[in-house]
Amino acid sequence: MKSIAVILLGLLLATIVSAKDAAPLAEDPVVEQRMIHITEELRCLVCQNESLAGSHADLAEDLRREVRGLIREGKSDDEVKEFLVSRYGDFVLYRPPMKATTALLWLGPFVLAIVGLIALILYLRRRSLSVVDAVLNDEDKQRAEALLKENQ
Amino acid sequence: MNRFLLPLAVFIVLVGFLAVGLNLDPREVPSPLIGKPAPLFDVPQLEVAEKTFSPKEMLGKVWLLNVWASWCVSCRDEHPILVAYSKKGNMPPVIGLDYKDQRADGARWLTQFGNPYQLSAFDADGRVGIDYGVYGVPETYLIDKAGVIRYKQIGPITPEVMEKKILPMARELDK
Repeated sequence: MKSIAVILLGLLLATIVSAKDAAPLAEDPVVEQRMIHITEELRCLVCQNESLAGSHADLAEDLRREVRGLIREGKSDDEVKEFLVSRYGDFVLYRPPMKATTALLWLGPFVLAIVGLIALILYLRRRSLSVVDAVLNDEDKQRAEALLKENQ
Repeated sequence: MNRFLLPLAVFIVLVGFLAVGLNLDPREVPSPLIGKPAPLFDVPQLEVAEKTFSPKEMLGKVWLLNVWASWCVSCRDEHPILVAYSKKGNMPPVIGLDYKDQRADGARWLTQFGNPYQLSAFDADGRVGIDYGVYGVPETYLIDKAGVIRYKQIGPITPEVMEKKILPMARELDK
């Protein structure tokens, strides 16, 4: 009897503890949704291939907490992003703004494509110039005929 | 001969890019805070919980803010170097920031491994760390007399970093 009571008490405690853990989610679904919307566009600095929304790193949890706080304070999406960029730099943005330091990142692929295209055009043009129609004289024709006959 | 020259040049450029890329550390994200005033905070001290610390107290001095934690593995590599330089006495004053730690663990760490800090501030929930853009402990900030961050070391300070970067910069700023 006593052991059953202990188990029941244990289960009760467990539900209390888990209910406490889930609280921030249920607290305000609107805030949570906006938080996820914003943090999906941001990089976690600890696991750099994960977004801030999806990372389980300790820092990511803290930053999500900060973002929730900022949303509750009524900050706009851009203001929240600015909060993180001013601390961690443009690196946290999956879509960094166009600036002098990020110009190569944005324009590099186009520059490479244009250089490749120009190289291709130059190459094709040079090749078409270097191909000259072969002119056969009588001697050549006779040799060709002789060879063809041999093969028959 | 000539037709190999261009592909060879392209290949060499590519190898150059790859070599540079291999030697870059993707974990080292340049801090936007360099050249900006060190964020202000006011948090309890680690050893004397009733007292607080604010970077304002260090105005007029060149100093180091070293972010550490008892749970941080690479801090164990860095710590003996800080202890050694604090004994030598040619290092600027160091303020510790015990980041996301338990008070008892942090205090025990200092008694066990030595205390190179003038004092340690206690950042229980990591908010100060967020203001400083901390993403991997240990990190160290060199702050000038006007309270401006001049240099950030990401990862443990090595004797080389101390001799070649931090100490010369600190001497320059102290003039």
